[in-house]
Amino acid sequence: MTHSRPLLAFLILAVGALAAFPIIGDEFYQELVIRLMIMGIFAMSLDLLIGFTGLISFGHAAFFGLSGYLLAIVTPESEAVSIWFALPVCLLGAALAALVIGWFSVRTTGIYFIMITLAFAQMFYYYFNENQDLGGSDGIFIFYKPSVAIGGFQILDLNNPHTFYYFVLVSLVVSYLILSIILKAPFGQVIRGIHANEARTRALGFNTQHYKLVSFVIAGTMAGFAGFLEANAGGIMSPAHLGWHESGTVMMVVILGGMGTLYGPVLGAFAMGFLQDYFQELWSDHWLLLLGVFVIAVVLFLPNGIAGLFSKFTNKKEDGK
Amino acid sequence: MDFATFLIQILNGVQYGFTLFLVASGLTLIFGIMGIINLAHGAFYMIGAYLSFWLFGMSNSLWVAILVGLPIMVIFGYAIERLAISFLYKRDHLYQVLLTYGLILILNEMQKILWGSDFYSVPVPEFLSASIPMGNQEYPVYRLFVSLVCMIVAAGMYVVIGKTKLGMMIRAGATNREMAQALGINISRVFAIVFSLGAALAGFSGMIDAPLSSVYPGMGDFILIISFVVIVIGGIGSVKGAFVGAMLVGLADTFGKVLVPEFSSMVIYALMALVLLWRPQGLFGRPS
Amino acid sequence: MSKNNKSRRNFIAGAAATTGLVAASSFIPTRFAIGAKAPIKVGILLPYSGTYAMLGNSITNAMKMRIEQAGGKMGGRPIDYIAVDSEMSVPKAPQNTNKLIKKEKVDFLVGPVHSGIAAAMAKIMGQLKSPIMIVPNAGSNAVTGPLCAPNIFRTSFSNWQPAFPGGVLMAKEGHKTCVTISWKYGAGIQMMAAGRDGFATMGGKSVKDILLPFPNVEFQAHLSEIASLNPDCVFAFFSGGGATKFLKDYEAAGLKDKIPLYGPGFLTEGVEKAAGSAAEGIKTTLHYASNLDNRENEKFRADYNSAFGSNPNVFSVQGYDTGSLLLQAAAAVGGDVESTADVISAMESSSIPDSPRGPWSMSKAHNPIQNIYLRQVENGEQKLLGIAAEALEDPADGCKMA
Repeated sequence: MTHSRPLLAFLILAVGALAAFPIIGDEFYQELVIRLMIMGIFAMSLDLLIGFTGLISFGHAAFFGLSGYLLAIVTPESEAVSIWFALPVCLLGAALAALVIGWFSVRTTGIYFIMITLAFAQMFYYYFNENQDLGGSDGIFIFYKPSVAIGGFQILDLNNPHTFYYFVLVSLVVSYLILSIILKAPFGQVIRGIHANEARTRALGFNTQHYKLVSFVIAGTMAGFAGFLEANAGGIMSPAHLGWHESGTVMMVVILGGMGTLYGPVLGAFAMGFLQDYFQELWSDHWLLLLGVFVIAVVLFLPNGIAGLFSKFTNKKEDGK
Repeated sequence: MDFATFLIQILNGVQYGFTLFLVASGLTLIFGIMGIINLAHGAFYMIGAYLSFWLFGMSNSLWVAILVGLPIMVIFGYAIERLAISFLYKRDHLYQVLLTYGLILILNEMQKILWGSDFYSVPVPEFLSASIPMGNQEYPVYRLFVSLVCMIVAAGMYVVIGKTKLGMMIRAGATNREMAQALGINISRVFAIVFSLGAALAGFSGMIDAPLSSVYPGMGDFILIISFVVIVIGGIGSVKGAFVGAMLVGLADTFGKVLVPEFSSMVIYALMALVLLWRPQGLFGRPS
Repeated sequence: MSKNNKSRRNFIAGAAATTGLVAASSFIPTRFAIGAKAPIKVGILLPYSGTYAMLGNSITNAMKMRIEQAGGKMGGRPIDYIAVDSEMSVPKAPQNTNKLIKKEKVDFLVGPVHSGIAAAMAKIMGQLKSPIMIVPNAGSNAVTGPLCAPNIFRTSFSNWQPAFPGGVLMAKEGHKTCVTISWKYGAGIQMMAAGRDGFATMGGKSVKDILLPFPNVEFQAHLSEIASLNPDCVFAFFSGGGATKFLKDYEAAGLKDKIPLYGPGFLTEGVEKAAGSAAEGIKTTLHYASNLDNRENEKFRADYNSAFGSNPNVFSVQGYDTGSLLLQAAAAVGGDVESTADVISAMESSSIPDSPRGPWSMSKAHNPIQNIYLRQVENGEQKLLGIAAEALEDPADGCKMA
């Protein structure tokens, strides 16, 4: 990813603002921003698929939720689990699920891909919904956030709200950087090629199926990372975390923010969080109607999302130079 | 399971399959011909059910409710096609998914504003309300009647698409949009007609199911997801595929519930995965 | 920051305590005292959108009506209601709960309907001393079982309560074997287990327990199964649209006259009209019956009907009693609801003598000790047959306070 100068300045400013936020924001807003940053990571991971590879996954919540459930499973009821154990388990679990689902799914294209990813996610949904050992439809608790220690010495206390806030912020920045590097690498060029014209990319000698699968696994793993953070932040995992409404919401966040930009989905997460609150205050009984109208308006009038507006603006400036 | 019960369970599965077919056929038709993925199809089904409840309340007859309700669904479908869907033909599937997702939110809330969040039912018409003794139980005549209606609709679709001028235009539009246009077929009108008919089919399923399923908020969600499974198995765009897929899902669901109750909700998804492993484009789908 | 909040909180508490004292002393004219009083904040987390909006509205309406009837004040202080739509979403539950506790700093938290959300809320509440949470519906046994806490109260029921007497009833009516059927989710599993246990204590035996995936309403396969098993009776728990469809399918399969159907009251509650003849004659057990013959119930029904233009249901009763509990506790501490410990002890010893469901009191686990009524649907209405279990207390398994 190459960043234009105004964009780079904006991103640095935004991270700075997020880093400074705990000084002014009270506990509630800190927790809110944590959730929005997590949604940002989740949406970024989906952007790799829909914005860059051209794979419209409608079941992305499966990896998000699966990873959260894995954390709940490995966390004992009365003590914290080590993050060096828990995090790899969650990420590997999400990666493995993405590998299996991806293996089935990337063989198909277009609408089949959308529906197959949806159906697989539903399968996971029902599994957790009906497994009473994992709390069934009520969900399952994560009583303790993982411990971060080396040789018995605690480095970070995630139970401290401030520490956790910065842990999530660093996670967001690192996730962004990792995806940026991946997209800059030859691999990134190939998946963009697939998005633009799969047949031509194949003709150039690339095994496009493999590239799509790898992209799917990377995205699934990162969604798993977001799910790991979500389980920490909320302390509860429920089947609804894997439901198709969750997959639909994150897709909406990506489009609202602007797909194919990485930073756009993060903007989308914050915009969506704000809007939901605003609509609820506007018309508490039927606010979903307002959300529906808004979704349609975005599709019709703002297909490139907020980032699209932003880049239009900055490009003009660049041209003017 | 004794043999008589086994036969009854097969009947249950087939009968469930017929109801699924009716919903799924509209979905697959809209996709196959227009290339539009319509998540709001389940919401149309729900609107149909509420319409039949509402119109039944005024006319006291299911038949009148259906006769009046169908044109309403056609107009409703036409309006949605003109106001929203028609802007999406050249756009990516992604936007279709999102737009129709937005439609679900709107229609669900409209339903609540118009009819509240109570649940209702529509009585089975008098002369179909009997039951036929069968094994240890009785079988409701209305269920058999619904199956019969589904068969007639299936046959009707076969004739309309395969043998009429409208069907010819529809097929031409589905195969090659530009060519059809060059030949003087007004594609946008054909699409408007197809979408309206698809909406009417979904609404009709809701109306005819209303006496069986009762009428309640959110009833479209469940049927939508299961319809997706049906058409993915059958091959998206193929009406024949939707029929076979519906039967397979109906039977798998019925026997899954009885034989492997602890995994029953996953059986149909496992079935779908198996079919796709074998044929990624579904049983009757054209390879993409 | 949190320190600042605490000190501000203490300040408010102190101020309120002072005004509380002022109010308590009868020498000062009341009008003067009221002007100085900060409102009590009542946070509400209930579904207002989606499938279960009806429950959220019924509870909220009746609760506000109850408080309005008492003059619209609690312990002499005005009230601020802050309602948040729960969307029946467990993922959003921690955030919504925190919004009410940390942002709005409510004194009382009323909610929810969904037991998964109840668990999420209870987890947060268990780590805090205040506010006080009042559950106006969610029946999960766990809320007043393993998750019970000093600041969590329930004004509705535990899933065990309406179901257990239903099982006992089946045995009393001479049945020896049954099939139980429900959805495979929290409430379904708990109600089914309680019904089966009630049946078993009287020597009955369940030959098969059928659980359907929630919210699947395709019952045909299981009805054929029940027909071939041919038990003496069937114990079923479904609610809302699912209950309507189950009753109708059960009748259409010719089972209704052959194998009597029982269940917790939710099976027939509110679906009498929709189910029509399919609900006729079915006996259920619940903590409320619409034609309960007491003055409070008559007044409640008349008031609710004139205020909202519709008949109240069991959920409105639970909301109404939530209002009563709030009023009682606030009055007991003279409006000083910030002294949480006093409010808790007032609530613990509370009994609600003027409930439309008949008098009830609070158990050690903070769940109502209440009558469970035997009802039968007759001409589309619930008819009271008698009391199935008097002053029934939930066993509160796993609760350290009980």
